[in-house]
Amino acid sequence: MEKVTTITSRTVVLPVENVDTDQIIPARFLKATSKVGLGSKLFADWRFAGDGTPKADFVLNQPASAGANVLVAGDNFGCGSSREHAPWALYDYGFRAVISTSIADIFRNNSLKNGLVPIVVDAATHAKLLAAPGAEVKVSVADQTLTLADGTTAKFPIDPFARYCLLNGVDELEFLLSQEAAIAAFESRTNR
Amino acid sequence: MFEKIWDAHLVRAPSADTPAILYVDLHLVHEVTSPQAFTWLREKNLKVRRPERTVATMDHSTPTTPRGRDGRIPVLDNAAATQIAALEKNCADFGIELHALGTKGQGIVHVIGPELGLTQPGSVIVCGDSHTSTHGAFGALAFGIGTSEVSHVLATQSLLQNPSKTLAVTVEGQLRPGVTAKDLVLAVIARLGIGGGTGHVIEYRGSAIRALSMEERMTVCNMSIEAGARAGMIAPDDTTFAYLKGRPRAPQGAAWDAAVAAWRELPSDEGAVFDREEKFDGAALEPMITYGTNPGMGIAIGSAVPEPANATAAKALAYMGLQAKQPLLGHKVDVVFIGSCTNSRLSDLRAAAGVMKGRKVAEGVRVLVVPGSQKIKAEAEAEGLDRVFRDAGAEWREAGCSMCIAMNGDQLSPGQYAVSTSNRNFEGRQGAGGRTFLASPLTAAAAAVTGKITDARELT
Repeated sequence: MEKVTTITSRTVVLPVENVDTDQIIPARFLKATSKVGLGSKLFADWRFAGDGTPKADFVLNQPASAGANVLVAGDNFGCGSSREHAPWALYDYGFRAVISTSIADIFRNNSLKNGLVPIVVDAATHAKLLAAPGAEVKVSVADQTLTLADGTTAKFPIDPFARYCLLNGVDELEFLLSQEAAIAAFESRTNR
Repeated sequence: MFEKIWDAHLVRAPSADTPAILYVDLHLVHEVTSPQAFTWLREKNLKVRRPERTVATMDHSTPTTPRGRDGRIPVLDNAAATQIAALEKNCADFGIELHALGTKGQGIVHVIGPELGLTQPGSVIVCGDSHTSTHGAFGALAFGIGTSEVSHVLATQSLLQNPSKTLAVTVEGQLRPGVTAKDLVLAVIARLGIGGGTGHVIEYRGSAIRALSMEERMTVCNMSIEAGARAGMIAPDDTTFAYLKGRPRAPQGAAWDAAVAAWRELPSDEGAVFDREEKFDGAALEPMITYGTNPGMGIAIGSAVPEPANATAAKALAYMGLQAKQPLLGHKVDVVFIGSCTNSRLSDLRAAAGVMKGRKVAEGVRVLVVPGSQKIKAEAEAEGLDRVFRDAGAEWREAGCSMCIAMNGDQLSPGQYAVSTSNRNFEGRQGAGGRTFLASPLTAAAAAVTGKITDARELT
């Protein structure tokens, strides 16, 4: 995983609640055996008409969204299926952070393992973000802060170990592998 | 009960800097969420730490169409064939038991685990699939994980985890005739909301839960994720032990007696404190159906579509082509799907067959009946359920996820309406542009024979 320390970007605002992972990447694109290139399928059924032409009214197809890599969405983002293809697709498209008032458990876990920062903010901060699409924000993973265009700053929670992994580009698997002795001792102690 | 199982699986307790390391007893694997994990193992030159604790099957992208003359199920989709071949090679290379397409043990991953007796009380069970919560019906801690975590468990049999909060869902009273476990869980999700259980593990309790069979308990726990909960669980009891006894992978002889004695210690202690509790009157529940684009948008079948509370709800009604205050009874149906890890077990098929016996599928309606496993398929055929479905005009398929996730060619056309016994009614879930009403096997079968949304209790 690449290090993630700070992100400075304009926002893309998708003011829809309960965006499920079937919308982020529909199941028909899960037949891939690698994670490369899924960004082209991100939000496929919201982004493209049946014939593949972009839908002009979808936010990602609007010129102002080009190059932005922070997504602001409605409450309970990433619910439903456990598919890690969802954060893979968001990251591959160019997103580096997702902001909502709540983020589903499995999606949040999956995002952290792929350098996509899941940010949960209070309703007032969220309302400001929703009201100002395209505003520039700054994310500091080290400080766990989100700074808005008006200069106000909101703290966001992040598991300390996940934060360490993001800041140092560490893969959690390396840590688990380093715990081999403890795992073997557990197996021996519990006859597993 | 959650804390007991959690504590018994701690390889390392959490510290200020690191989450807990939790040991995994059983890792279930399928073809869609595993290929990248095996690739990473190869890149890092790692082995599967405990292949005998890992069991694989093929279900999501596999066809359910009839076998060819050679007895094989043809795979016509190249991408699916590549995934299937990848799982075969990965299991062969890493020494993992595989229930491959076309074999007697194949089926939906959450159906075959319990069927084989692999799913046992007190275990930690994971799978790269959110409906792993199903296995909690046995008093196991079972939850879905992503592909990165699949690689973690393959390599170390362990996971980094933070503990969840606990939510007691207590349902007292007796369900009325025609009200099923599916209706119960749809009512729970309708109250909690699709995100209401986020961060929690649900324990289902109360007399209505105790009275459920194991297959019904699996239906309830299966849909815990649809309220956002990480897992759902039900304390093991004599119903659990009777289901497990004699299954191929359950403990045998003296080991069985010892296991049951240990399992009897699992239920939450008298006066156990939960972070939150929600109470339901089981006797007041009605058959449920969803009207929107998430499983929390459910109503009693005789009710009218509610007024949308916000823009997201209005968007859902527009997608569904429904108006507020409109009754759902009588709404036309194009397709009926009976299957999925929620409702594809023998009791589900019996319930549907009970409604369809002696009746015909309504004109213009397509009905797919997809058993959850090859074992269920054989059992259903042995008691003639396949004849009931075929005689009525339904399609009787091979085992798999099928139209629940619509990856295998079984799918809705844009605009079509389906009554489905599956677990998700998200936009496009059953095919781009398709529109899903989630309901029980009874309600689905009633829609099959009438061609419209029907209260199965009204069929005479």
